[in-house]
Amino acid sequence: MAFESEDHAKAYWKENLSLMIKLLIVWFTVSFGFGIILVDLLNQITFFGFKLGFWFAQQGAIYTFIVLIFIYIHQMNKLDKKYKVDEE
Amino acid sequence: MDIKTLTFIVVGLTFALYIGIAIWARAGSTNDFYVAGGGVPPVANGMATAADWMSAASFISMAGLISILGYDGSVYLMGWTGGYVLLALCLAPYLRKFGKFTVPDFIGDRYYSQTARTVAVICAILVSFTYIAGQMRGVGVVFSRFLEVDIATGVLIGMALVYFYTLLGGMKGITYTQVAQYCVLAFAYTVPAVFITMQMTGHILPQTGFGATLADGSGQYLLDRLDGLSTELGFAAYTEGTKSRLDVFAITMALMVGTAGLPHVIIRFFTVPKVSDARRSGGWALVFIAVVYTTAPAIASITKVNILNTLNGPEQQGVLYEEAPSWVTNWEQTGLIRWDDHNEDGRMFFSNDERNEMHVDADIIVLASPEIANLPNWVVALVAAGGVAAALSTSAGLLLVISSSVSHDLLKRTLMPDISDRQELLYARIAAGVAVLIGAYFGINPPGFVAQVVAFAFGLAAASFFPAIILGIFHKRMNSTGAIAGMVVGIVFTLSYIIYFRFINPAADNAENWWFGISPEGIGTVGMLLNFIVAITVLKFTKDAPNEIQELVESIRYPKGSGAATSH
Repeated sequence: MAFESEDHAKAYWKENLSLMIKLLIVWFTVSFGFGIILVDLLNQITFFGFKLGFWFAQQGAIYTFIVLIFIYIHQMNKLDKKYKVDEE
Repeated sequence: MDIKTLTFIVVGLTFALYIGIAIWARAGSTNDFYVAGGGVPPVANGMATAADWMSAASFISMAGLISILGYDGSVYLMGWTGGYVLLALCLAPYLRKFGKFTVPDFIGDRYYSQTARTVAVICAILVSFTYIAGQMRGVGVVFSRFLEVDIATGVLIGMALVYFYTLLGGMKGITYTQVAQYCVLAFAYTVPAVFITMQMTGHILPQTGFGATLADGSGQYLLDRLDGLSTELGFAAYTEGTKSRLDVFAITMALMVGTAGLPHVIIRFFTVPKVSDARRSGGWALVFIAVVYTTAPAIASITKVNILNTLNGPEQQGVLYEEAPSWVTNWEQTGLIRWDDHNEDGRMFFSNDERNEMHVDADIIVLASPEIANLPNWVVALVAAGGVAAALSTSAGLLLVISSSVSHDLLKRTLMPDISDRQELLYARIAAGVAVLIGAYFGINPPGFVAQVVAFAFGLAAASFFPAIILGIFHKRMNSTGAIAGMVVGIVFTLSYIIYFRFINPAADNAENWWFGISPEGIGTVGMLLNFIVAITVLKFTKDAPNEIQELVESIRYPKGSGAATSH
């Protein structure tokens, strides 16, 4: 057992899952939400010459994905340190 | 210099570079052949993953398909990038901690079962074969155009090159050559895109340029012009599309989930030294992929306007065939562009109604885009080199998965445990040879455009591996019976649906006959859901996974103590 206690192990996993789920909600919203389900609605807004829904589907979602992964990397490294399960 | 000579020089130079690197980093041991000794830094690994990932489908076919599909083409853009979020958040770090070479190794050990391993091997082989068939077509398109031969000869030449190239190095050779290939293909993709964007809108960045106003003084937005032209010519409005929203949803989901389940992409995350590096590799891979993926929709829309203008003339009245631009006649030799003068007026006309006289294959659009925009010949040659790089890098990675699945997972671990390392390597090479031949057959007789064939591979991966791996990590009680039943149901269902609509009854391949209007490209999403449902239901009626397996699953959930990847 790499954790100091059973409770630590549980808490670490819980924090990990909650971070993952929050980021996945954003992932779903920008792509399936803005890019597909709500596309017609958002298309009524113009954004730098693009219809907004179309822009999310072809540009915006991709930029958001990158940001999400880097947030995850940053937060997980902090979490690993907090529970002392990081690699040397 | 003419295009042909320049293409030979540029493709030749880049090839010399890749082969040089492959020889320099030649695989010494079986370990090196599969995972590069676990010592590749995350940025390099991210770049190699990007090259591995961006195949002929991304480079050659995707922008062309978007150009034809308009908004509907977004499925490829979101699908093939969003998968990296799943991969980086839900899979890569845990698989790295688990420390195995291949996906069947993970499945076999996690589900403590030879049967599970064998099912996984069969799925991996099916997925990779489907994928490689698409690649061979892509290589064929490039070679047929620039060597001025028909498409079948192009495929055969490409096939020989790919095989020769894969034999030279294993994963280690491939990792560093793929870094070089990424640089070539990203450069080759973005340079012409910048040129055509500047011509069309005066913007330097393609990403903002395709939303800008046209530089012809009309003050009209490019996308508005394109919507207008498309409707006039009987196409759907470019920014609207025609697929049902449910189908768009299903295809996007299948591609995303499939990305996260593709064996040749997952194997990449075993090659980094640490768990934190596996997370970081996923992030970098997506950055490098996004460079190309955010440029693609710009190429798609701008080239569409260019094509309509050069084939139909600025007044949309048709252009005399004798005055046809050189790209039309050049591509006619490959058989991928055709003109039938129905009304015998000697003019070409491209539309989506009874006036149409042109057949333009979607797979030529990217390769032809610099010619269509009258860019200098060296740019055309550069794009050819990029296309070859994209197809080669992915094919090599796939061949490696096929050969390692057959020799390592199937023969060494299951059927013939006594063979030596040397024999294993020999069988690996034979398997790669057989794979490339079957790939070539489908390259000559493709069941769809490159990007569509590739989409089938993703559907199969989504329906088979993704649920088994996710449940293996996040549902520690999941047992072997459940996982095997899920994988079998998922892949058999998805494969049958694709085969039925593409090969057995292609006449019925339309939205009216599809279940819930979901196309064969998107059916992997349904296969994936079935897989999850079957696995969880079976678990309810069978015993939980044994305690030592549940402890093993606990131990992959934190990074500390990850060793190098091992085969046993």
